[in-house]
Amino acid sequence: MHIPDGFLDAKVIIAATALTVIGVGAAWRQTKKQLPQQQIPLLGLAAAFVFAAQMLNFPVAGGTSGHLLGAVLISVLLGPSAAIIVMTAVLVVQCFLFADGGVLALGANIFNMAVMGVLVGNAVYRIVLRILGGERGRIAAVAIASWGSVMTAALCCAGELAWSRTVPWLTVFPAMAGIHALIGVGEAVIVCLVITAIKKTRPELLTATSGPLPARTAATVIVYGAVIALGLVIFVSPFASTWPDGLETVAAKFGFDRQAVTHPVLPSLIPEYKFPGVDSIMFAKIAAGIAGVAVILLLVFFFSRRLKGKT
Amino acid sequence: MRHFFLDRYSRLGSPIHGLSIPGKLASTMFLLVFIVILPVSFYGMFAFILLLLCIVAIMSRIPLLFLLKRMALLEVFVLTVSLLSLLQPNGILVFSRLVLKSSLCLFTIVLFSNTTPFSKLLEALRKWRVPPLLITLLALMYRYLFVLIDEMERMQRARTSRTFVRNRALLWRSLATIMAQLFIRSTGRAEKIFACMCSRGWQ
Repeated sequence: MHIPDGFLDAKVIIAATALTVIGVGAAWRQTKKQLPQQQIPLLGLAAAFVFAAQMLNFPVAGGTSGHLLGAVLISVLLGPSAAIIVMTAVLVVQCFLFADGGVLALGANIFNMAVMGVLVGNAVYRIVLRILGGERGRIAAVAIASWGSVMTAALCCAGELAWSRTVPWLTVFPAMAGIHALIGVGEAVIVCLVITAIKKTRPELLTATSGPLPARTAATVIVYGAVIALGLVIFVSPFASTWPDGLETVAAKFGFDRQAVTHPVLPSLIPEYKFPGVDSIMFAKIAAGIAGVAVILLLVFFFSRRLKGKT
Repeated sequence: MRHFFLDRYSRLGSPIHGLSIPGKLASTMFLLVFIVILPVSFYGMFAFILLLLCIVAIMSRIPLLFLLKRMALLEVFVLTVSLLSLLQPNGILVFSRLVLKSSLCLFTIVLFSNTTPFSKLLEALRKWRVPPLLITLLALMYRYLFVLIDEMERMQRARTSRTFVRNRALLWRSLATIMAQLFIRSTGRAEKIFACMCSRGWQ
């Protein structure tokens, strides 16, 4: 999944690198605040650990083997902010030492695997853990989060390749999604086994991060949320919507798409997800997506303030 | 110590190894951007860049076989993705562009990483105002990479010499145990390292 140089064009590189700088910057600030300087060796060793662990080959059927990716593992063990820093360090070293992943594409690679992989994995982990709860719930949460983080990284990678017009979306999407759905299962099994093994020998390492950490600042949460949303909007959604959605297909099948209301009751704000006044369809969709995200973030912010005031 | 392949030749003595690191880094970046931007129709320019890189490769005294192996390993991914690009209108054009540009970029980076010790690269980055804590982090990671890989291989050897069952489920579980153990040992090591750094007056 390491994108080499020459596969991405300038606009994708710039967009991905900008989001990476925002995400890693927020993570860096948060890590410095949350973990004092004593954690610098821990972060360095954790990065070396991920690198070494990725070299451990797990035999899969027929002579092939797979290995760990580690975003969710580190994020469960050290927390998401530290995990972003650790994964970034791993990718930087892989890029300069092994030429694994391009130098110009480094921003995009960090974005896919370190920022999105960790943030989405962590969000899924927290949500599932809250719903299920308990130790079994934790294992289930780890498994689902690992699969989700691998898939997210793969989808972002596919979106970037397609947006650069390197590979058509309709070929790269099934290829990446299909392969990584399997890789994700392997990742989920490995991470669950490792977490269980750590829990058996040193349970306090696991409870340390889920315990009372210094309160996470609202700013960081908002920045992370915005980065996830923008990443999905910019790299994945423009392509996802080129397929007719389920309702439209059904409507076309039964022939009532032509009977659709021609005079809507309320004029829609952003008709057909195309932002008025923007020419290129792709940019228009992205602009519409960003506007939508901004509105939702504002609403969430507003309601959370209101609800907090009431209780 | 089987991991010497990591950056085995980065400390050779050759005119290329002796160049100033910041200059080498800057010119590598420039070359990469140039290759990516250059339109495919400039065949002569690409041939010239290839010639230039070959001269650098010969001057650097890195064994050619090693370079070829490295390139072949990295080329696999490039070719897989490039093959997908054939499935679109005028795909052959895109395919040749991708293979040409990314192979040249790969060659450039492979040459750079094998003629520059990582610690020297970090020194150059420090001069370029990269946050010092980040540099310390990368330096620590690089330094202990070899120690941890060694430790992992020792544990793996110990496991293979004790288990004789070819049961995949069991194998996965024991590999995961090795990984867990490696993490636990790294956290312990990190604490000791911090104590040592403090006792030597770090910050």
